[in-house]
Amino acid sequence: MGRRVGLEVSLACAEVVGLCNADVVAAYPITPQTHIVEHLSEMVADGHLDAEFVPVESEHSAMSCCVGSSAAGARTFTSTSSQGLALMHEILFIAASLRLPIVMAVANRSLSGPISIWNDHSDIMAERDIGWIQTFAENGQEVVDLTMHAFKVAEDKRVCLPVAVNLDGFILTHVIEPIELPDQEEVDAYLPSFEPSQSLDTANPISMGIVGMPEIYTEAKKANAVALEESYEVIKEHWAGLAEKFGRTYKPIETYRTDDADTVFVTMGSLGETTMSAVDQMRDDGIKVGQVRIRLWRPFPVEDFMEAIAGAKTLIVIDRALSPGLPAGPVGTELRGLLYAKGAKQYVANFVCGLGGRDVTRSQFVEMYQTATKAAASGEEMTCQMVGVKE
Amino acid sequence: MISAAEALKDFQKITPKTIPLVEPFSKGHRACQGCGEVLALRMAAKAVGMDMIAVSATGCMEIISSSYQTAWETPWIHVAFENAAAVASGVEAGRKAMIRKGKIKDNGSKIVAFAGDGATADIGLQALSGALERGHDFTYICLDNEAYMNTGIQRSSSTPFGAMTTTSPPGKVSKGQMTWKKNMPMIAAAHNIPYVATASPAWHVDLMNKVKKAVSIPGPAYIHIYSPCPTGWRCPPETSIETARKVVQSKVFPLFEVIDGQFILTRDIKKPIPVEEYLKTQRRFGHLKPEDVAYIQKRVDADYDRLLKLVQATNPEA
Repeated sequence: MGRRVGLEVSLACAEVVGLCNADVVAAYPITPQTHIVEHLSEMVADGHLDAEFVPVESEHSAMSCCVGSSAAGARTFTSTSSQGLALMHEILFIAASLRLPIVMAVANRSLSGPISIWNDHSDIMAERDIGWIQTFAENGQEVVDLTMHAFKVAEDKRVCLPVAVNLDGFILTHVIEPIELPDQEEVDAYLPSFEPSQSLDTANPISMGIVGMPEIYTEAKKANAVALEESYEVIKEHWAGLAEKFGRTYKPIETYRTDDADTVFVTMGSLGETTMSAVDQMRDDGIKVGQVRIRLWRPFPVEDFMEAIAGAKTLIVIDRALSPGLPAGPVGTELRGLLYAKGAKQYVANFVCGLGGRDVTRSQFVEMYQTATKAAASGEEMTCQMVGVKE
Repeated sequence: MISAAEALKDFQKITPKTIPLVEPFSKGHRACQGCGEVLALRMAAKAVGMDMIAVSATGCMEIISSSYQTAWETPWIHVAFENAAAVASGVEAGRKAMIRKGKIKDNGSKIVAFAGDGATADIGLQALSGALERGHDFTYICLDNEAYMNTGIQRSSSTPFGAMTTTSPPGKVSKGQMTWKKNMPMIAAAHNIPYVATASPAWHVDLMNKVKKAVSIPGPAYIHIYSPCPTGWRCPPETSIETARKVVQSKVFPLFEVIDGQFILTRDIKKPIPVEEYLKTQRRFGHLKPEDVAYIQKRVDADYDRLLKLVQATNPEA
């Protein structure tokens, strides 16, 4: 049986990468990801984890090194944030197109400028179309479980795609939480050693990363997109396996008090816990609100989401990133597009809050609710509003 | 780790009679007629043999070899333009970990990164420096055709002074490339790696032996190969090897090795030909005036003298 420990979430993330028996960790330091790879390098230095720790000279090289190591058939992990993720950008697409099961923890952080080390989702929202599977953790336990799950899904021969596990910088990475850390035997039973379907091996030579002439490029991209879409069932299957082994159940979309809710807050990441507390407070005041939390962001679980919001009349979509030049945030834009395609009638109120580490308070949820309710009653389209701007 | 000199103690030289018959880089590529670079690549690959894991940077050699009709008979990976050294680091680290853990057998595979001059001296310099500094066991081969040929002959920091390219055109106030060629072999040597060498396809046995040495030595090795490009240099395709010979004979591109920090001339040019004789083989230098040629000659002589001093300084007993 696993043990219940009080552990900083970054350290728990590193510990579980160790339990997953990673062969290679390549990383460059960037706040607030640092504690994850610092602890991994300590584990390697102590012989606690038998892996190659490659202290590369940039995040671009971190992802490049991961591509090389994964292509060689090694179980590969990295972690980054913000500008570092942006520096990897070019290689992220290639990792997905080469179908390499790299696992990356993204300690979500704002992007410059002005430079800010604190949390929001600007970094990962700029990487929506990289072709990776992407999940968002709400707390430390989810970081542990989603990381194990990430290796399991990524290396499944039906998938063979890289996975990014998002966790909010500082708000999660630097917080000590009670965490169930599984035993080595339990993890080994859930995650057997990586058997690559193809690798760089002189006994069986293959060419990886060849030129895509116009006759073939479209088909290659389609195959990639189909692989990502088809990973959805495998993701759910391995969450079911995780529930069976560890007793914790995960779904692509989580709901909280949505049964009779007229209005639901749609959130991602650690804000979910604040949202639940705000929902409880508003429920105490007799307001019928609920919460829908997106755990699986790519592939987007369309049907699960539609089912989760089916009873609601108004959606309050909370974005933690801007999409300048568009009257909505990235999540708001996507969900509006989805609802339109489905012919759904829910009113969408879109807010941007918590940028660059700004706290989001319960009272702001009440304000968002009031603004959204008024706008919904008027029936007029509501452009995205930024919450708590000092003007 | 053993020194390069120790690793080379029982080195068996390739001779004209023992040139490997294997062709790790074989048919099906689409290089231009007379491409000196693809000849150099083929020679290098023969010297490594079939136990090679090749990593290519984006560039001519990647494009011409992999259009869904791969010319690579050994495992090969291309990821992007600036990261061949970082990808090779990853391949090496992955294999090292898996061999240690008993997941794969150590079959002696050699990891070799191939990149052009732009991918080496410009955009990939950081990744290369990082990989050399970290000491990965791999060989990095720069196939230097002295400009961005894949995108249509634009200047790089490896383009020599006075050369005409599409982004260093000679004009009323310009002589073409206005800067001196970046000295990549010296930059590589400054990392104190076990082995650095320069090579020319005109000395094919020497080229192959240098590559064979590089892959025999544990740790990082760097080889800079002069690779004529008839298309970009505006010279007839049949003159590639002749140009590759004259560049050495004129001292413009000296052939040397740096083994454990010791500089060794592998071809002493006792009776050099004038630089002008080399320059006139290519129309990219056709616009240069006598005073420009004189300037280049002076600088080439000074650079060669400096190399000789390094050879003397690092081999006091010789």
